[in-house]
Amino acid sequence: MGTEIYRDAELGDVPNPERTRESQRTPKGVRVKAAPVHYPETRKTEKDPITQALGWFSIALGAAEVFAPGAVARLIGIDEDDHRGVLRAYGIRELAAGFGIVSRPKPTYWMWNRVLGDVVDLASLAKAMRSADTNRTRLAGATLAVLGVSALDVLCSIQLTRDSAPTTGHDDGSFMLPETVDGTQVLSAVITVNKPVSEVYAFWKDPANYPRFMSSLESVQITGDGRSHWKVKAPVGLSVEWDARVAKDIANEMIAWESVDGDVQNTGSVRLRPAGGNRGTEVELETQVKPKAGPVGAKIAKLFEAIPKTQMMNDLRRFKQLMEIGEIVKSDATAVPRMHPARPPKYSELET
Amino acid sequence: MRANCWEGAKHVKVEDVPDPKILNDRDAIVRVTSTAICGSDLHLFNGFMPTMERGDILGHEFMGEVVEVGKKVKKIKVGDRVVVPFPIACGQCWSCQHDMWSLCENSNPNAWIAEKMLGHSPAGVFGYSHMLGGFAGGQAEYARVPFADVGPLKVPEDLSDEKVLFLSDIFPTGYMGAEMCGIEPGDTIAVWGCGPVGQFAIASARLLGAECVIAIDRFPYRLKRAREGAAADVTINYEETNVLEALKELTGGRGPDACIDAVGLEGHAPGLPGLYDKAKQSMRLESDRIPSLRQAILACRNGGTISIVGVYSGFDDKFPLGAVMNRSLTIRTGQCHVHRYMKPLLEHIQNGNIDPSFVISHKMSLEDAPVGYDIFNRKEDDCLKVVLQA
Repeated sequence: MGTEIYRDAELGDVPNPERTRESQRTPKGVRVKAAPVHYPETRKTEKDPITQALGWFSIALGAAEVFAPGAVARLIGIDEDDHRGVLRAYGIRELAAGFGIVSRPKPTYWMWNRVLGDVVDLASLAKAMRSADTNRTRLAGATLAVLGVSALDVLCSIQLTRDSAPTTGHDDGSFMLPETVDGTQVLSAVITVNKPVSEVYAFWKDPANYPRFMSSLESVQITGDGRSHWKVKAPVGLSVEWDARVAKDIANEMIAWESVDGDVQNTGSVRLRPAGGNRGTEVELETQVKPKAGPVGAKIAKLFEAIPKTQMMNDLRRFKQLMEIGEIVKSDATAVPRMHPARPPKYSELET
Repeated sequence: MRANCWEGAKHVKVEDVPDPKILNDRDAIVRVTSTAICGSDLHLFNGFMPTMERGDILGHEFMGEVVEVGKKVKKIKVGDRVVVPFPIACGQCWSCQHDMWSLCENSNPNAWIAEKMLGHSPAGVFGYSHMLGGFAGGQAEYARVPFADVGPLKVPEDLSDEKVLFLSDIFPTGYMGAEMCGIEPGDTIAVWGCGPVGQFAIASARLLGAECVIAIDRFPYRLKRAREGAAADVTINYEETNVLEALKELTGGRGPDACIDAVGLEGHAPGLPGLYDKAKQSMRLESDRIPSLRQAILACRNGGTISIVGVYSGFDDKFPLGAVMNRSLTIRTGQCHVHRYMKPLLEHIQNGNIDPSFVISHKMSLEDAPVGYDIFNRKEDDCLKVVLQA
C-alpha cells in the first residue's frame, strides 16, 4: 500500500491539466511519473499464516462450543449436562478472540487473549480430570491438543508483541531510534537547502567538509585515490576509525561511500534532487552501521545507537547553515557545550 | 554588565552577568539605550511559556548604539543608532527571501525543540525561551545581535528613542494584524485587547482606511487610550456590555468585517467560562486561554477574517471550528515579520502620521525592571507600556 507521488518534472508539484496538455507537445515539459514512493507500513504487514489459522481455529471451536456444546463435551470426554453452560461461555470467548485475530491487521491483543483462554481451558480440564463423570482417555487427548495450541498461541503472541515495539523508528512516528536490520543500524534524514544542486554536490564531494557539521565526527582526512580516513569522537580508551572509499558517485545526484577497513563496517549515502519551484535542493542523508562481533564491537554499537535521528537532523541543519550563511549559528545558550542559560557565556565556557 | 533575568514564575531580577561577545562573524554588539517590557514577556513572567531556564536574560524590544561588529558585517558600523527587530533572521534562506522573516530557517539553533512542540521551527527570538534559540535578551546594558546586516534598522538622530523603539515589535505587530484584515472601504474592524499591540492594531486599521474601528477591553484607562491615542471610534468594556450583541448592533447585524485578536494566551472572560479556562490552564490541561479568540470568531461577519497577533503557545480547548468552517471565515496569523514593516513604518513616523510614544505609561531605569513587570502584570497605576533605560 505505498503512496504514489506524481510529479511534473518541470512544472512543479500540482498537476495542471492545461499545462500538461501543452507539455505533451514539447519534450521539455513531458509529464513524468516519478518512481512511486513506498513507505513501510508495519501495521499492514502480512500476518503470519499460523496466527491467521489460530484465529479461524478459535472461530470454529467457538461456534462448536456455542451451538453444539453437547457434542464438544462428548468429544473431550466430560459430562454433557453439567458443562453446557460453561462451554457456551467459553465458546463466546473463543469467537471474540477468533474474529479479533482474523480481522485486525495486528492482533497482538487478541492473541494474548487466546493465551489467557488457553490457561482457563487447561485449568478447567485439570478440574474435570478429578471428576467422576469423566472419560480420562478422551480428556487427556483434549488436554494434549490444548497444550499444543497453547504453545503456538504463546509463540505468535510474543512475535506480535516484539513487532510492535518501536525498533523501526517508522511505525510509531517517533523517528527517534535507528532502524536495525540484521544488526545493521540504519538512520536517515532529509532537509531542503536554498542552493542549487551543483553547489550542494560540490560541498558533499569533499569529505573533509563532513566534520564541520557532523557532530559525531572528529576528523576526515583525504588519503588520495578516492579514499579517506574517518575518525569518530569516542570516549577515552575507545578508538573508532576506518578507511572509506567512494562507492558510487553520480554528479549532482548522489555520492555513496563505504568503509573498506577499520573498527566498524559502515556505508553512507547522500542523495540530491532539485526541490520544486526554485526551492533549492532536497538533501537526503542515510547511514548504515554494522558493528563487529565481540566486546569492542558491542561498545561501538552502543556508541552509534546513541546517535538518534534528532542528532542527524541537527547535523543536517548545521550543514544547511554552512551552505546558506557560511557558518554555524550560535546562541548564548548553544555556544556552550553543556546546559547554559540564555546569557552571555564567560570566555572560559566557550566551545573551542 | 547588568541585565534583567528570569528566575522562575513571577520572579525577575537585575543581575551582574558577563558582557556579550561576538560569537558569529555577522554579529554586532549594541549598547542598549532603550528597551521595553512586552505583553508577551508577561507570559514568560507568569510561567506559561515552556523551555525557560533560570538566569535567562529577558527582553526582545530594544535599540541602541552599535559598539562592536563581527568581521563579516558590512552595512552597519560602530556608532550607528539602530532599532533591532525581535525575530532573528539570516536573510539567506527561502523564508527570509520570501519576506517571512519570523520563519527564518537558520536562526534557531534549538530548532529541534521547537519542532517537537510545533511540528516545524520558527525563527529564533531574543530573550524568549530556549525553544526559540536560547538567545540573551535586550533588557540589559548590552546585547549581541546576530545577522547585524539583516535586522537592525538605522534610525535618524532627530527621532527620539520613544518614537522609534516600538519598531522593534509592537508597532509592526499591530500593523501586521491590521494588514492581515485586508481592509476595504467601508470595513468595520473590531480589536480584542487594548494593550500596546491592540493600540497599534487600532491605529494601523485607521492608517489602512477602516471606516470604523471598535476596541474591546475591560480596563477603562486602556479603552480611554484607545479612543484618544489610537483613534478608535467605539470602545466596549466586555465586563459591562454583551460584546456579541453590541457588535451586531454596531454593524447592522452583520458583524465586523474582520476581528483582530491582540490578547494572547492569558485571555480573561467574565463568569463561569473564564473560571473554566483558568482552571484548565493552571492544571496544564490546555496551553492557552482563548476566550477572546472564541468571541472574535463568533462575532465576525460571514466570510470575514480573523487576524491573530496575540501570542499562543500550544493546544487549546473549545475552539469554535464549526463557526469558522460553516461561515467561511479566514484565519490569518503569525509572529510578526518585523523586517518587512520597519522601513515603511519609520516613514509613517517621519511623515507625522503616527507618534508611537502614545502607548508609553511608565519610564524607569533598567534596575527597576522587576517593579515594571509587577505593575504591568497587575495593570496597576494605569500601566500600559514600560520603557526601561540603562
